[in-house]
Amino acid sequence: MAHKAIREADGKRMLARLFKDYSNGKYVISDKCVTVGPDTDMTELPNQYKWLTTEKLVVKPDQLIKRRGKNNLILVGANYDQAKKWIEEKAKAPITIYGKFDADGKPADKGTVGQLTHFIIEPMVPHNESDECYISMMATHDGDAILFYHEGGVNVGDVDAKASRLEVPISTVPTAAEIEEKLLEKVPVDRRKLVSGFIEALFKFYADLNFTYLEINPVVVTQNAVIPLDLAAKLDNTAEFESGDKWGDIEFPVPFGRTPTKEEAFVEDLDSKTGASLKLTVLNPEGRVWTMVAGGGASVIYADTITDLGYMNEMANYGEYSGDPNEEFTYLYAKTIIDLMTRNKNQKGKFLLIGGGIANFTDVAKTFKGIIKALSEYQQKLQENQVKIYVRRGGPNYQEGLMQMRELGKRIGVPIEVYGPETHMTKIVSIALNGGN
Amino acid sequence: MTTEVAATTGELFSKNTQSFIYNNQVKATQRMLDFDYASGRETPSVAAIINPTGSDGFSKFFFGNSEVLIPVYKSLTKAAKMHPHVDVMINFASFRSAAPSTEEALDTPQIKTVVIIAEGVPERKTKQLTAKAKALGKIIIGPATVGGIKAGCFKIGNTGGTIENIIESKLYRPGSVGFVSKSGGLSNEAYNIISRNTNGLYEGIAIGGDSYPGSTLLDHLLRYESIPEVKMLVCLGEVGGRGEYDIAEALRNKKITKPLVIWVTGTCSKAFKTEVQFGHAGAKAGSEAETADAKNAALKAAGAIVPNSYDDYDQKIKATYESLVEKGGIKPEPEPPVPKIPMDYAKALKEGLIRKPSNFICTISDDRGEELLYGKMPISEVFQQDIGIGGVLSILWFKRQFPSYAAKFIEMSIMVTADHGPAVSGAHNTIVAARAGKDLISAVASGMLTIGPRFGGAIDGAAQMFSDAYDRGLTPAQFIAEMKKKGVNIQGIGHRVKSVNNPDMRVTIMKEYAKKHFKTTPLLDYALEVEKLTTAKKDNLILNVDGCIGICFADMLRNEMPKSEAAEYIQMGALNGLFVLGRTIGMIGHFLDQKRLKQGLYRHPWDDITYMSQ
Repeated sequence: MAHKAIREADGKRMLARLFKDYSNGKYVISDKCVTVGPDTDMTELPNQYKWLTTEKLVVKPDQLIKRRGKNNLILVGANYDQAKKWIEEKAKAPITIYGKFDADGKPADKGTVGQLTHFIIEPMVPHNESDECYISMMATHDGDAILFYHEGGVNVGDVDAKASRLEVPISTVPTAAEIEEKLLEKVPVDRRKLVSGFIEALFKFYADLNFTYLEINPVVVTQNAVIPLDLAAKLDNTAEFESGDKWGDIEFPVPFGRTPTKEEAFVEDLDSKTGASLKLTVLNPEGRVWTMVAGGGASVIYADTITDLGYMNEMANYGEYSGDPNEEFTYLYAKTIIDLMTRNKNQKGKFLLIGGGIANFTDVAKTFKGIIKALSEYQQKLQENQVKIYVRRGGPNYQEGLMQMRELGKRIGVPIEVYGPETHMTKIVSIALNGGN
Repeated sequence: MTTEVAATTGELFSKNTQSFIYNNQVKATQRMLDFDYASGRETPSVAAIINPTGSDGFSKFFFGNSEVLIPVYKSLTKAAKMHPHVDVMINFASFRSAAPSTEEALDTPQIKTVVIIAEGVPERKTKQLTAKAKALGKIIIGPATVGGIKAGCFKIGNTGGTIENIIESKLYRPGSVGFVSKSGGLSNEAYNIISRNTNGLYEGIAIGGDSYPGSTLLDHLLRYESIPEVKMLVCLGEVGGRGEYDIAEALRNKKITKPLVIWVTGTCSKAFKTEVQFGHAGAKAGSEAETADAKNAALKAAGAIVPNSYDDYDQKIKATYESLVEKGGIKPEPEPPVPKIPMDYAKALKEGLIRKPSNFICTISDDRGEELLYGKMPISEVFQQDIGIGGVLSILWFKRQFPSYAAKFIEMSIMVTADHGPAVSGAHNTIVAARAGKDLISAVASGMLTIGPRFGGAIDGAAQMFSDAYDRGLTPAQFIAEMKKKGVNIQGIGHRVKSVNNPDMRVTIMKEYAKKHFKTTPLLDYALEVEKLTTAKKDNLILNVDGCIGICFADMLRNEMPKSEAAEYIQMGALNGLFVLGRTIGMIGHFLDQKRLKQGLYRHPWDDITYMSQ
C-alpha cells in the first residue's frame, strides 16, 4: 500500500550501487555495510567482509526505529568482537523503545515493546560534529520537497520549523544554482558546490527510484566529501513494476513492536494470493467486540463508531475484506476471526459485527457463502461463547445474502440480527452495544 | 500550501455526454446503458469501447428492451476521429498501463475528463498526469476509484452498482445534493442515505483512495459550489493527508458558501497503539494534524456541519436539507414515475422467476462443472481407470461403458480400418487436394466425402443385410437366393484379390478375436455359413474385412444391449462412423506425407482420359 518503509541498509546499498550513475561518477558512496539478521552466522561474516575486523565499527538496529541515539541503541567505535557481543546482548530479549523524550533526555511516553532482530554494521566515519547536516526529501501533493539544515544529528530538533525548504514541481529537477540559493545559505561558501551537486544527484536518484521519503541525518559535509551516516526511507511500492530492478532484493519490514501474530501473518499471506483485499489487525484478543466488515472505507467507520460509543477497549480487531474475494478466501478469513474470538470465554458474551455498505459490484450472497460456512462450522463454539451476531449489508444480490444469514441463525441456534440498506450502516453497532440507543 | 483550483469548473457531464470505455468491460458498459435507459437518455452514454488488444468491430448491448451495437476500436486515435463529440474517457486499464493510456487521452484534444479506475498506479506517475491535466484545463478522477454519477445524466462504470440500487437510491433523476468522498463503497452508501433524507443526489464523485488523487475533495466541492442546481454539499473525508484543511480554508474564504455536511472518518486511530494502515493507501495519519479528530475540529471551526460520529451523519444531512426547504432554498418537486427496466434473463432465471424450454438437449457429456464429464465419468477417472479410446467411444456413442473385451474390439476395428493404401478413393482424394495446396481440414474432408455406399459403406451394409436376414429366419441359401433375385450384391462378401486359399489376415484376426472373446456370435456364425455357399461358387467370394467388422460389431452390440437398440444404432449409421473414425487416421497420414514430400499440383495425364467429345 503505497508508502512503505525500507531498511537503512537496503537504502544505503541502493546508494552505493547507483549513486555514481546519477552524479556522473562525481560522488562515490561506500558499499561497506552489512546486515545482521536472525539467521546471520556472525562467525562466518568477517571472511566475506574483511573490513569488519580491520576497521572501527558502528552498529545500530535496522528496524525502522526512530531516535535510536536517544534510546541508546547506537554502538560507536567498536571492534568486531565487541559488535558481535553487543548485538547478541540486544537481541536476547524484548526491549522497550521510546518515541518521545523530554529536555533532560528522559523518556516521555509509554514506549513500544518489541524484539530486535536486524542490525546494520558499518565502518565508523571519524568527523567533526560541526560538519553534520540534515537532508530530507518527501512527496507532496504537487511534487516533492527538499529540506536542508546546516546542522544535523541526534539533536537537530524540529526540522519542519527551522530547515530551509525547496518545493520541486513534478517532472522537474532543481538546478545546483537553485539549490544553493534556496537551501545552502548557511553552508560555508567553499562547500556549497559540493553539497548542491550532491543534493541534485540525490534528488534524481530519489525520483527515479520512486522514493516517497528519504532522510539522511546526519550527512557529513567536509570540504571534499559528502558522507551519509544515518538514513531512513520509504518507497512507493506500487512502482515495483517500474523500479523493482533498481531496488534489488529488498523487503518491507513491519515496524518495530508490530510483529504480526500467527493469524495476522496468515491473513497477510491470503491477501498476497488474491487480487482482492483481506486485512486483519488484532488489537485486543480479549476484547468482546469483533468485526468482519466489507470495504476499506466502511471498516474504518465501524471502528470509529465502536470507539465513539466508548467501546475502544473492547474492540478486538480491525480488518476488512473487499474487491470480491472468492468463497474459499472469504471462508478462510472468516474462520480466522471466528476462531480467535471463541478461544477464551467471557461471561458477558461477545459481539460479531458483519457489516458493510452498499457494494457497487461485489456479489453479497456469494461472499456471504464463505462466512456462512465458517459460522456453521463453529456453531458449538459460538454458542458456548454466547456470541451475538449483527449483519448489515447492501449491494448486488443482497436480499438473497441477508435471507441466507437469517436462515443460518435459525439453523445453528445462534442469535443473528440482519439488516439491509434501509438501516443506517453503523446502526448495528449501537443496536449491538447499546440496545439501539 | 493550498491546492490550486482545478482549471475545470462547473459541469463535467450532461444528459448528452458520451464516453469511451478503455478496455473491454462488458458488465460495466451494460450497467451504464441500463442507467441511461432508466434516466430516459436518448443515446447510450458509451459511444465506443477501446480494446487495445482486440480489433475493430462491434459489441452488442441491451438498451432497454432492444439491442444496440457499440463500436469497438483498437486505438483511441481512431475512436476519437470517428466520435468527435466524446469528451470523457473511462480508463479500465491495469495499474501498469493506466498511466500511458491516460496520457494518450490527455493528449487527445476532445477528451476533457479521464477517470482512472486502476488501483496501484505509481504516485509519481499520477502527479505527472495531474500536472499535465491542469495545464491543459482537463480533469482526472481517480486513480483507485469506482468513478461517480450525475443523477439522471451520466454514470461512470460500476458506480451505483446494479440497476435495482440505481432505482432504490433514485439516481435516475436529479436532486439537489452534491457529494464527494474518497471511497467508492461509501459513496454508494451515501447515495442511499441522501435518497432517504433529501430530495436526492445531484452528482456524486469518488476521488479514489490514493494519497495524491488526480482531483481532490475540494476540486469537486468548488465545482458543486459553481453549479446553481446544487443546493447543499455532503462530503466524507478520511484520516491522513491535509485535503480537509484546504476545505476548511475555502469555507473561511467564502469560496464555499453552500451548506456543507462533512465527516472525517478514522477517529478510531487513537485507539491503536501503533500506526495502522487502513484499507486505503492514503488513510494513514503522518502527524497529529492529519488525524480525523483534528480535521473534524478544524472543519467545524470553519463553519462546516460536522456530526458527532458517522452514526448521526444521516441526521445532519436530513436537518440541513429540511432547513433549506423551510427557507425556500429547495422546492421539492413531485416524484416522476419509477422507470421500469427489464430484468436480465440470467438473473430472472437464477431467482426462479421465469422458465423456458431449451432448444438443445445433450445426454453424453457436460463441460459446466469443475471437471469435464464423459457420461457420468469425470475425465480424471477416464485416465485412472485407463478406459482407452474404446471405453471413451462406448460412453460417447452408446451411452454406456462397454466391458474391456468390447472396448478392445472397437480399438481393433479402428486399427484395421485406419488405412488401405494411397489408391483407394478416400486417400486418393486427400492426396490430390493436399497437392493442390489445400489445408489439412479441406484435404481430409475431400477424402471423407467419398465414404458411402461404394467406399467404406460395406461395413454398415453388411451388418444391416446379415442381421436382417438372420432375424427373418432365412437360411443362408434362402438369403443368397433372395439377394440374387433382387439383383443386389451381398455387402461384405467378395474381394478383388483375396480368396479362400489366400485369406485376408485382417479378417482372420478379427474373426478369431470375436470367436474367442464374445459371449455369442450368431451373426458371424450365420455369415460364415453364407460364405461357405458363396465360396463354393467362386473362390474369391469370401467374407471380406468390411463384412467381418460390420457383422462382428453387430454381434458385439447385441451382446451388450437389447437387440432393438442395437438395430437402431446400426440404422443411425454408427458403423459408418466407425469407418470414418478409423480412416481419418490414414487420410491425415496421407496429407502429412504429401506435404512432407513437397508434392506439387497433380494434373491427370491426357493419355489416361479418353476424349470422346468429337
